[in-house]
Amino acid sequence: MINKVVSDVQAAISGVQDGQTFMLGGFGLCGIPENAIAALVAAGVKNLTCISNNAGVADFGIGLMLVKHQVKTMIASYVGENDVFEQQMLSGILEVILTPQGSLAEKCRAAQAGIPAFYTPAGYGTEVALGKETKEFNGKMHLLELAYKADFAFVKAWKGDTAGNLIFKGTARNFNACMAGAATITVAEVEELVPAGQLDPNHIHIPGIMVQRIFQGQAYEKRIEQLTTRPRA
Amino acid sequence: MLDKNGIAKRIAQEVQDGYYVNLGIGIPTLVANFVREDISVEFQSENGVLGMGPFPFEGQEDADLINAGKQTITALPGAAFFDSAMSFGMIRARQVDLTILGAMEVAQNGDIANWKIPGVMVKGMGGAMDLVASAENIIVAMMHTNKAGESKLLPQCSLPLTGVGCVKKIVTNLAVIEVTPEGFKLLERAPGVSVADIQAATAGRLIVPEHVPEIAV
Repeated sequence: MINKVVSDVQAAISGVQDGQTFMLGGFGLCGIPENAIAALVAAGVKNLTCISNNAGVADFGIGLMLVKHQVKTMIASYVGENDVFEQQMLSGILEVILTPQGSLAEKCRAAQAGIPAFYTPAGYGTEVALGKETKEFNGKMHLLELAYKADFAFVKAWKGDTAGNLIFKGTARNFNACMAGAATITVAEVEELVPAGQLDPNHIHIPGIMVQRIFQGQAYEKRIEQLTTRPRA
Repeated sequence: MLDKNGIAKRIAQEVQDGYYVNLGIGIPTLVANFVREDISVEFQSENGVLGMGPFPFEGQEDADLINAGKQTITALPGAAFFDSAMSFGMIRARQVDLTILGAMEVAQNGDIANWKIPGVMVKGMGGAMDLVASAENIIVAMMHTNKAGESKLLPQCSLPLTGVGCVKKIVTNLAVIEVTPEGFKLLERAPGVSVADIQAATAGRLIVPEHVPEIAV
């Protein structure tokens, strides 16, 4: 067994530098790498390119990095919940590359799978297609999309073991499972870190080979963005 | 005229037994409330769940279980979770039978715009571009006119496009309309709404058959 455990979040983010490209897992605030984000904010790295489906909210998630002007370029599919983001984007401080969600996921997955590029119909005929190669397959037009290249991927899982194997819970799997192994260094934080052998190999979602560093996360807030309930009958 | 629930009720009639359905945010989300109980339907949310159930009871919400609108949800028996790449894989590969989404504008050739108002509102396209580019059957749920009273059914879209030539059907507060190669074809009119009202609220080419039945909801 190759041990992937690092002592804490500080060790997990060691080597991060200004100007790097980071992938950050999560959908909205669901499944975001809370510990890594807090440590990146404290570390103060800047001029970053961040790839994440959303940009957090003004006071949580990637929003915390935006407030400190650490992000130069944001690659996301939907940023509607973050006022700070919208202000920085409209005022031109922040470069934003809005990308269709399925293309964003596949650009991560392609990097994870060692595929340099792929064709997708998403965005054909829209401004997303500007400057992109197009090709017809089976009578339908497609765009060529390139795999992302990132220095670090920060992902969050429910359970992990010392070998770096990961299991996700519910819809917190989202982009975390696509980004693991898609960057030079993948850092996984988990709610519960167990010794190798305790997770059933049949239940592993992401094998440890995709993960370079794993650590036990602390004090998860797991904030709910839109609490919706129904009355009891 | 139909209200938002009325639009959702009418669209629910389009949902057939055995369908996997993706619902967008807003009026489309309401469609789930009106699907016939004697048919089997599964709702897909593109953030990674099939078999989405109703909102949880208070106190039973789970931060790790949300829909694409970031709302807390439940999972029904038979549900499955998956990652975002697989989610859009099933959309791209047309395993999802029906997509219902909102729009700011629809053009008479089926173009749709729903993600950006330059200089005013930029929230992003989310999964809408992937959905409209791949789905075989797309129904738009929207008001017939915008807040300024201007038609949202146009000869061509003025806003940045989400997808080209993809919308098949539109259900508004005024009418049910099919997108045909010749333009918008009026299929049904809302209760209390005349063909002339619909004509006046439709900027694009409207084809009016001899008989236009009232929407039954």
